[in-house]
Amino acid sequence: MEKLFNQLSETLLNNLNTGEHLKITIGGENSQFVRFSRSKVRQSGLVDDASLSIVLIKDERTCSGSFTLTGNISTDEATAMEELNRLRTEVGTLPKDPFVVMPEDTGSSREEHNGSLLNEEEAVSALSPAMQGVDLAGIWASGRIFTGNANSAGQKHWFATDTFSLDYSLITPDERMVKGTFAGSHWDQSEYENNMAKSIAKLRMMEKPGKKIKPGAYRTYIAPAGVADIVGMFSWGGVGEASIQQGDSSLCKMRQNGIKMSPCFTLSEDFTSGIVPRFNSNGELAPEKLDLILAGSLKNTLVSTRTAKEYGVQSNFAGEGESLRSPVLSPGDLNEDEVVQKIDTGIYLSNLHYLNWSDRPGGRITGMTRYACFWVENGEVVAPIENMRFDDSIYNFFGDNLEAVTDKAHLHPAVETYDGREMGGVSCPGILLKSFELTL
Amino acid sequence: MSRLNLNDALSAIDVQADWVGLREVKESTTYRIIRDGNPQANSRGVDHGVMVEVLADGQFGYYGCNNLDHDSIQNAAEKALRQAKASAKNPLFEFTTEARPVTKGSFQSPFQQSVNELSAGRLNEIMLKAYNQLKVNDQIVSAHAMAMIIETESNFVSSNGSDIQQNFLMIQSDYSAMAHKDDIYQRRTDNHCLQIGMEEFDEDLVLARAQRVGEQALELLDAEDCPTETTNLVLASDQMMLQIHESVGHALEVDRILGDERNYAGWSFVREADFGKLQYGSKIMNITFDPTVANQFACYGYDDGGLKAERDFIIKDGLLVKGLGGKESQLRSGVPGVANFRASSWNRAPIDRMANLNLEPGESTFDEIIAAVDHGVYMETNRSWSIDDYRNKFQFGCEYGKLIENGKLTKTIKNPNYRAISNPFWNSLKMLGNQDTFEVYGTPYCGKGEPNQAIRVGHASPVCLFENVEVFGGV
Repeated sequence: MEKLFNQLSETLLNNLNTGEHLKITIGGENSQFVRFSRSKVRQSGLVDDASLSIVLIKDERTCSGSFTLTGNISTDEATAMEELNRLRTEVGTLPKDPFVVMPEDTGSSREEHNGSLLNEEEAVSALSPAMQGVDLAGIWASGRIFTGNANSAGQKHWFATDTFSLDYSLITPDERMVKGTFAGSHWDQSEYENNMAKSIAKLRMMEKPGKKIKPGAYRTYIAPAGVADIVGMFSWGGVGEASIQQGDSSLCKMRQNGIKMSPCFTLSEDFTSGIVPRFNSNGELAPEKLDLILAGSLKNTLVSTRTAKEYGVQSNFAGEGESLRSPVLSPGDLNEDEVVQKIDTGIYLSNLHYLNWSDRPGGRITGMTRYACFWVENGEVVAPIENMRFDDSIYNFFGDNLEAVTDKAHLHPAVETYDGREMGGVSCPGILLKSFELTL
Repeated sequence: MSRLNLNDALSAIDVQADWVGLREVKESTTYRIIRDGNPQANSRGVDHGVMVEVLADGQFGYYGCNNLDHDSIQNAAEKALRQAKASAKNPLFEFTTEARPVTKGSFQSPFQQSVNELSAGRLNEIMLKAYNQLKVNDQIVSAHAMAMIIETESNFVSSNGSDIQQNFLMIQSDYSAMAHKDDIYQRRTDNHCLQIGMEEFDEDLVLARAQRVGEQALELLDAEDCPTETTNLVLASDQMMLQIHESVGHALEVDRILGDERNYAGWSFVREADFGKLQYGSKIMNITFDPTVANQFACYGYDDGGLKAERDFIIKDGLLVKGLGGKESQLRSGVPGVANFRASSWNRAPIDRMANLNLEPGESTFDEIIAAVDHGVYMETNRSWSIDDYRNKFQFGCEYGKLIENGKLTKTIKNPNYRAISNPFWNSLKMLGNQDTFEVYGTPYCGKGEPNQAIRVGHASPVCLFENVEVFGGV
């Protein structure tokens, strides 16, 4: 695919007319998906998908087009030229865009992470035995993901990686559940079997009689997987500069009123793990590490070059949507092994579900508890709890109510596949809260 | 639609399988967005490929293929066959060709004005005028006008004789204004998702919608917060859309009830044994699966398994009678279902989806409903949504509300939210609006499935009155 991308880029760039500027992006995957239900195969298949996107800029006007690549160079070249000509026809009819981002050459890059993945035809046989004897629902995804960028200023980037993930839930006959994910780039059968065995052991804990708790405020621990979901909310009306400028961010209070979160709370965009590319759709390279909220204070936001031009601020080469691409929540000093003791009496939440802003300017998020969530009494796990709805503000649970952060950050790999398999994940520790509001 | 003759491609496939199907999808999605007076997007994306499905040893294997030449499709069929055979070592269910009924037919979205009749430049002009209406004054700190145009061609052929061609024209129009004063931010929007032509962008209609959005955003700046109490709740059709979607539609997807979604979207409080028995809502609740409502977003003639789509009652007089399950789910569960086995595109296998799912109108006028309420809250337009993995405990928020006092709409309120549990909530449905209050909405972004799929759904509803609902405001 890299060769195809290079050839298509060359063709398009060689055919540009005077005054035309072009940005070209490729993205795609070669993936296997196997869906399991009741530890058996529900659906299984393969997907080859790739698309090329072209942004044409001329006379301060711009428009873009994308199309599916076939992998056949002559077919794809013809389609690419057809699309360029369509854009040429359209661009002159559009209003001027005062914030158009011109292509620049700020350096090129190439990264390829080759893995060792399960053979597509052996996946079912390799995965199935370890999940027998329990009820498992989940998805196996495996294969290559790639993305690249080129532009008429001469810049070029390529990033490809081989990855796999088994994202799964184990379910007891009483319908209590444990969540697990086994992900990586080099398949190891024994590591997989160990991961599954540990999850099955956790599931046994869920077989204790359950406890129903009432709505109210509880001392609460949220494990890293749950915290990762909350961190994800910062991408949606959170740390994006445009969302703050347009009054659509939960962090407007921090910017405008100087409101602070807890000194224990530090969130950064951190590419040092190397699992996602640093370049965006303009081909711009983000800094390796950017502190966003440092010890509770808003230090930076994610600023795309377009936003920078529109609002007169400095770009830090965020993506177009100014969402987090490689978020890291810094660990604290609470020994992870002492969490249950430190809760003393309260609740332990392993996972959260279906989060949404219920009052975005107020920073209030609602969602559900899900999977392995327990009532803890006198420093001991007593019983699983029924799933509860919460509705509380980040200014409370990342503010005064944040008592401690655990000392280890865990990577929660991105497993979503709406527009293709996602790369990267969220790195975060668990959080111990003095109080957390459960409402239903 | 394409360089590919699908029947020729099917004939050319040589694999030892019980059944082979090809579903070719070509979809073009165009965005025209003006934000804060300037163009934000003028983009078109074309997605084109073929889903090759093979049935062997009781299992379907698939290969979503982006190369449409015969050699690539043959290769895809061979690999799909090997996926099916590998699945047969640990299968959930043994399928036969009964899961892929033989159907021939075609479907075309209704429209008056074709896409080519409105140029890119002219549509930008209309969106710019809409923006100028949205920005009533400087308290509107950001606003946008958006047009999304989706043109889809979907062809399906199979080795047992199905041959279906469907052409869709779908439009989303969205007008949004954010108002700001002191520490208060309030957004107001107006969103349509319809199968319709460029008549959706009639300038007078667009400007009227945009003006109302801008004015109501400003109105919210001086509004009181929604009170916190348990009271009567009247929901407008554009909020009922979300209410139906989350607390009826997803709960009744049969693949979900069977457990396929437990690792992602979740399970359901509804079980297979509940069909024909569960009183889902009050006696005035009638829910239809209806792919035939003119201009609704998820109209179609046939699902992606080849089943003909027809109007049917899912809930009749409050009683649950049918599931949202396509042919595969019907065979697996024995639960009667509908033609809703759908895929988001050529690169995903079909699963049970909602399509058009509507609450049928009753007989009350809007004024009669309001007059029947001594004290309560009226809410319009969803802005926040969350529900548990069993589709029980939900919390929804709206953009705009009014107090109802002594049978009249009085003060405007901001940040209206409510929370409840699905089954008792629907059983508290007390009054239904008549046909005059019945409005058609939809969304392009219903997420479900592993691998994930975002699909288009439509929901239509009258205005509704619910009793004893917990309502509350902002922070």
